[in-house]
Amino acid sequence: MISLLLIVLPLAGAALAALWPNNHTRPWFLPVVGLAHVGLSLWLLFVPPVVTPGAWLAFDPLARAVLPAVSLLFFICAIYGVTYLQVRKERPNRSFVALLLAVLGLLSAGHQARHLGLLWIATEAVTLAAVPLLHFNGTPRAFEATWKYLLVGGTGIALSLLGSFCLGYASLHGGGEGNLTFVSLMAQGAGLSRPWVLIAWVLLLVGYGTKMGLAPMHTWKPDAYGEAPGIVGALLAGGVTTVAFTALLRVRAVISAAGEGAMADRTLLVIGLFSMVVAALFLLGTRDFKRMLAYSSVEHMGILSIGAALGSAGVAAALFHVWTNSLTKGALFLSAGNIRRAAGSASMDDVRGMGVVTPRSAAIFVAGLFAVTACPPFGPFFSELKVVKAGLPDHGWAVALFLGCLLFAFFGLTRVVFGIVDGRPRPSARKSAPHLVESAGVILPPLILLGFSLWLGLFTPAVLTEAWLAAVAQLYPHP
Amino acid sequence: MTANLNLLIGLAMGLNLLALGSNRLPSLIRTMSLQGVVLGVMPLLMEEFNWRVGLIAVATMAGKGLIIPTLLRRAMRAANIERELDPFIGFVPSLLLGAAGTIGAVALARALPLLPEHAGSLLVPGALASVLTGFILLIGRAKAIAQVCGYLILENGIYLFGLLLIHSTPLLVEAGVLLDLTVGVFVIGIIVDRIQRAFDSLDTRKLTVLRE
Repeated sequence: MISLLLIVLPLAGAALAALWPNNHTRPWFLPVVGLAHVGLSLWLLFVPPVVTPGAWLAFDPLARAVLPAVSLLFFICAIYGVTYLQVRKERPNRSFVALLLAVLGLLSAGHQARHLGLLWIATEAVTLAAVPLLHFNGTPRAFEATWKYLLVGGTGIALSLLGSFCLGYASLHGGGEGNLTFVSLMAQGAGLSRPWVLIAWVLLLVGYGTKMGLAPMHTWKPDAYGEAPGIVGALLAGGVTTVAFTALLRVRAVISAAGEGAMADRTLLVIGLFSMVVAALFLLGTRDFKRMLAYSSVEHMGILSIGAALGSAGVAAALFHVWTNSLTKGALFLSAGNIRRAAGSASMDDVRGMGVVTPRSAAIFVAGLFAVTACPPFGPFFSELKVVKAGLPDHGWAVALFLGCLLFAFFGLTRVVFGIVDGRPRPSARKSAPHLVESAGVILPPLILLGFSLWLGLFTPAVLTEAWLAAVAQLYPHP
Repeated sequence: MTANLNLLIGLAMGLNLLALGSNRLPSLIRTMSLQGVVLGVMPLLMEEFNWRVGLIAVATMAGKGLIIPTLLRRAMRAANIERELDPFIGFVPSLLLGAAGTIGAVALARALPLLPEHAGSLLVPGALASVLTGFILLIGRAKAIAQVCGYLILENGIYLFGLLLIHSTPLLVEAGVLLDLTVGVFVIGIIVDRIQRAFDSLDTRKLTVLRE
């Protein structure tokens, strides 16, 4: 019952924020609801509730392994959001605040959904709720990005609905009663009609893969992340993509129960490696530091997909990587937002010397760069090491390609980041710098996120390791 | 019963081809809304009449046949855009692709295992052909509203597929209808928003002229 509060509370907060008359005090809804949400989800992490097997919505082991990370990310972004919206007083924030809270509630629903149809509804609702967040800036570029996001993302969710129908028909054809909870689909196992299972997997992989941003369905990402405010980018990259990833994990468990696990793993491995290659190549070419973060996100979604393909050890590593990637990406997006604001542009053609103009944000950005490219002792290093370990015994060539992509991504990222941070600032940057005061409100949140990334790597809490293993046990009932 | 249903599905597939051949926006929208009405009738033929089936039928006909097309027409007028569609993929190639896709869909549906009660029905080929038509329009048309039409035809295909499950999992079918309405409203919302923004920017330009 408490787990339902995770969904109801943010949605109620969203409704209240939509009715709240004062533009100045409304942003405070974000941290207040975020704090309650993070408190609840951490409590449920430590005291896992009993899950009724047939429940449509429950805080099951998989939700427990991932949702607290999203909740934590949201809370810290919410603190940043208060200062951000005060800086941007000129814009009405009614829909922005309400929809951010709605996204949190719907993400909680998506993570806890144990029914194929319900999962799809939650994911679709998140996609739609995020639309007005993307064009908060109201520039023509932002509208173009939103349009692409809607068209590509809409096609993605349509295909995942078709895939859900196919999986439903696989169950019906195999003599099922039409119960589409994952538990009952897994119980039907080999009874599912094989050809329909294969079609369903392809469609669901493409559909949810689009939401996740796996190449070649990633095309909406650079535009959306490039034009959205930093806080929205952080939540998209760390929250919305994770719900699509857990959706794929749940579906994969059904496919595996139907006896096609090896095929599903092969496709996940190939699409994951392809995403990493594409991301590495684009990282070497991009000149925009917000679009750079989008390609880095594509790369990390590739890592998650590869982890998911490598059996139980790989999935545990991928769940670890969900945490480290979400929190590190959060730090990068928030500090990049600061730099973008001070510099007035996101292209390295126009921006340099930000280490002088915004020293603190630039320091966090550089530290975040090392974290996200898996330099020790940050979290991503340890989670990616676990993925490599899981892959080494059987997939030597894949690991080699994986490491090669990481190296190229490192070159690409350092090229852009140091291009912006180093050098002598342009005179125009000195003029626009007063747009941003590096107050505690915009510096502490990314710093805290970076701290979490460091802490997760050095001292991974035992409760998290246990939660990830419990989720793996849920996904692989018969190892 | 199946014969009547197949007749309607055949009609919907014909409308797909008509949509691919439409060279003007109003006729594309009209084709799409007609297809929506045809789709709305289908549940009535498939199920014993009860309030749930009636509701699905009415909601589908109202949403796909009336509300969304009306919103699209209004957006089209408000934006005052040219009615001619300028295609990336020409009309004749689109039609040929669509026809080939329809034949392919029939062949593919034969290869798939179906329950005995669906064996003689055109639901699966109809669904696949509509999804394909939607894709061709999405990729092949330059105008935003035409792309929305493509997306809605793609959804019509998914709706057709969902009718296979109408006995066992009605929730999903209703969710599909919900998708139509919400996406439609959102998409139109953005278009209208863009137009409004364009007017706003006109106003500001006037204001700066006065100030200078």
